[in-house]
Amino acid sequence: MSDDLTAFRAETRAWLEAHCPAEMREPVRSDKDVCWGGRKARFSSVAQKQWLDIMGARGWTVPDWPARYGGGGLSPDQAKIVRQEMADLGCRTPLHSFGISMLGPALLRYGTEEQKLEHLPRIARGEIRWCQGYSEPNAGSDLASLATRAEDKGDHFLVNGQKVWTSYADQADWIFCLVRTDPTNKHRGISFLLFDMDSPGVSTRPILLISGYSPFCETFFDNVKVPKDQLVGEINRGWDVAKYLLGHEREMISGMGTQGGAISLSKIALANLGAEADGRLADPILRARIAQFDLRAEAFRAMSERFLDELKAGKAHPAQPSMMKYTGTELNKQRYELAMAAGGSAALEWDSDESRQGAAARAWLRTKANSIEGGTSEIQLNIIAKRILALPGA
Amino acid sequence: MPMFLTDEQVMLADTARPFLADTAPVAHRRALRDADDERGYAPDLWRRFAEMGFTGIVADEADGGLGLGHVEAGIVLEEIGRNLTPSPFLSTAVGAVTALKGASEPLRRRHLPAILAGESIAAIAIDEAARHRPHHVGLRAERSGNGFRLSGTKRFVPFGHVADLLIVAARTSGAPDDVDGITLFAVPGDAATASPRRLADASLAARLDFADVQVDGDAVIGEVDGGRGPLDALLTVLRTGAASEMLGLANGAADMTMAYLRDRKQFGQAIGSFQVLQHRAAHLYCELEVARAAVLKAQQLLDQGAEAADRAATVAKGMVGFASLLAVQEGVQMHGGIGMTDEYDIGFYMKRQRVLAELYGDSDFHADRLARLSGY
Repeated sequence: MSDDLTAFRAETRAWLEAHCPAEMREPVRSDKDVCWGGRKARFSSVAQKQWLDIMGARGWTVPDWPARYGGGGLSPDQAKIVRQEMADLGCRTPLHSFGISMLGPALLRYGTEEQKLEHLPRIARGEIRWCQGYSEPNAGSDLASLATRAEDKGDHFLVNGQKVWTSYADQADWIFCLVRTDPTNKHRGISFLLFDMDSPGVSTRPILLISGYSPFCETFFDNVKVPKDQLVGEINRGWDVAKYLLGHEREMISGMGTQGGAISLSKIALANLGAEADGRLADPILRARIAQFDLRAEAFRAMSERFLDELKAGKAHPAQPSMMKYTGTELNKQRYELAMAAGGSAALEWDSDESRQGAAARAWLRTKANSIEGGTSEIQLNIIAKRILALPGA
Repeated sequence: MPMFLTDEQVMLADTARPFLADTAPVAHRRALRDADDERGYAPDLWRRFAEMGFTGIVADEADGGLGLGHVEAGIVLEEIGRNLTPSPFLSTAVGAVTALKGASEPLRRRHLPAILAGESIAAIAIDEAARHRPHHVGLRAERSGNGFRLSGTKRFVPFGHVADLLIVAARTSGAPDDVDGITLFAVPGDAATASPRRLADASLAARLDFADVQVDGDAVIGEVDGGRGPLDALLTVLRTGAASEMLGLANGAADMTMAYLRDRKQFGQAIGSFQVLQHRAAHLYCELEVARAAVLKAQQLLDQGAEAADRAATVAKGMVGFASLLAVQEGVQMHGGIGMTDEYDIGFYMKRQRVLAELYGDSDFHADRLARLSGY
C-alpha cells in the first residue's frame, strides 16, 4: 500500500515537472494570475490556458472526484499527494472555481445522475463558471429569511427577487440560487435552483468596494423561467443543500492565503528593512509579530490537514468548517495587516505600475471581507458554541 | 499517515484516561502539596505506571519496552496534564529513554531495565540560567583519568533531587555558546548536590551543583564533543512531550470552565447562555484545536523520523503555550471569585501552566526560534 503511494508520489512529481509550465510555478502576484475559466474566460497568458487544459483533461482540477464526472478518480491518499506535490513544486492552482469548491460537493451528494453528468465535467474542465445566489438585502447573517420567490408554474418555476454580494455574478455563466417556494415555512420553504445567467430577466450590477474593485454584484431576477429539472434535491428542502454547501464554502474561504503561493511576511520585511549582522530582521518588534504570526499559521495548517483527513475518513464533526472559517479568516486578516506594516509606504501605492496597480493595498482591503462572507466570524462562534460546546440557549 | 489517532491509539487513550482520572486526579496533587511531600511524586503510582508498561512506552521492544511512539507517549502525557498528575513520566520514560537510545549497549543495559521496572527515575539537566537557553552550556567536563570531572551548575531540573539517573549536557571543549564541544552524559543521581526548590505549582525542581565530580568515561552518550545533535534531538522530544502535557492541562481547564458556564446561574439563567461568554468559549475551543493539531503533527513527524519534527516541535510548544495560557486565564476569569480560591482546582491549572510553559522554552522562545529557522 505505502509502496504504491511512494511510487504514485514519484510518478506525480515527474508528471507535474514535465507538464506544469515554468510560468505557472511562479507565485501568484495579483488577481490576474488567478484563472477562473468559464464561457467568458480571459487568460492572462498562453501558459495559464495550457495549464488549465492539461489539468482539466487529466481530471486533476478535482483529483478526488469520480472519473465519470470529469475528476481524477483518485483515492483520498492519492489526492493528498497530488496537492502536496503541487504545493511543493509551487504549481499554481489551475482553476479557481465556486463550481469546484461549493456546488460540486453539493451536487455529488444531492444531485440526480443527469444533473451530475451535465454539470460536473464542465466544472472540472473550467468550461462553466458558477456564482452563488445566497444573500439578499434583508437576509445576511439571518440567511434563512430570504425572500426571492420561485412560483410553481407547472413545467417551470418563475423566479422574482434580488440577491446581493453575488461574487463575480457579472462574469458567471450559471448561478446556484436559494429561492423561497413556501412563504409559510422559514427553513422548510427554501429550494435550491440552478439556472443560466443568460436567461431572460437576469441582470447584474457590480458593487464598488473599498478595494476599488467590484468582485461582488447585486443580481436581479425579473420573471426568470427555470425548468423544473433544474431543482437540486427536494422541493422546500433546499436549506439542507445550502448548509452542506456552506460547509464547503467556509473551508474554501478559510484556506485563502494559506495555500500555494501565500505571501511571505519575512521576505517582504527583509526586502524593506534589511537584517542585522546575525541575520535577524532589523526591526525587532515587527520581527516578533511576524514570528508569532508564522507560528500560528503553521499550527493552523496542521489543523487544516487534520480536518481534511478526518473529513475524508468520515470522522469530521459537522461544525469543523466553522472552526476553520473563523480561525483561518481571522489569521488571514492579521497576515495582511502585517504585510502592510512590512511593506511600508510601498504597500500604500494605489495605481503605480511598480505596485502592480496597488496589489498589496487592494489585497489587504479584500481580506476584510473574509470574516464576513460565507457567514461572519460571530455566526461561526455561535455555531461552535451551540453544536460543539452545547452551551445553554446557544 | 492521516492526522487522527489509529484504533490502537484510541484504545490506549481509553485506558489511560480513566487510569489517571481514578488514581491521580487533581486531588492527588493537592494532597501531596498539603502533606509537604518532599519527593514531588508518589512512588506507588510510579510502580503502577510500570505495571501498565508506560515506563517503557517508547523503549524498543528489544530492550524490553513497548516499542511505541511519541503519539502514544503523548496520549499518556495528555492525561497527566489533564489531571495535573505529578509524575516523572516525561523526564524518565520519554526524556531519559530517548537519550539512552543513542547510548552504548552497556550504558543502556545499566540504566534501562531499572527504568522500565519502575525502580529508577531520571531527570534531565540542561538549563543553567533562569531562561531556557539550551545551547549555552557552561558546565565543564574535563578529562581525568579514565573519565571526566564535572564542575558547574544546572537549574530548573524537575525531579533532579530524587533522580537515580541524570542526563546532563556538559561542555568538553570550547566556550559556553559554541556549537561544538557539548557532550551528553548519563550519570548517577548522587553525582550532584541537589537543592530542591518548590515552585508556584507546588512541584519541585532542583538546582544541581557538580563540584569536580568524577564520572566514568563510559557515561558519555554518543561522541565526546558531538553532543549538540543528540541534545537537539532530545529537546525535540521533550518539547513535544511538554506540549502534549500542556495540551491536556489546557483541555482540563477548559472542560472545567465549560461545565461551570452550564451550571452557574446569574440573572436567573446559566451564564453560558450569554453570548459574550459563548463567543469567548468558542474562541478558546478553536485555539485548543489548533494547538491539538500542531502537537499531533510534531508527534507524528517524530515517529516518522522526519527532520521536520524539530520545527514542528517548536510550533507545537509555542502554539500550545498560547492556547493553554488563554485556557487558564479564561478559566479563572469565568469562574469569578471562586476561581481565585485555593479550594477550587482551576487555580492549580493556572500555576501548573506557568511552569510547563517555561519548561524547554516558552512561546516567546519558540517564536524567536521559528524566526531563526526561517531565516529572519
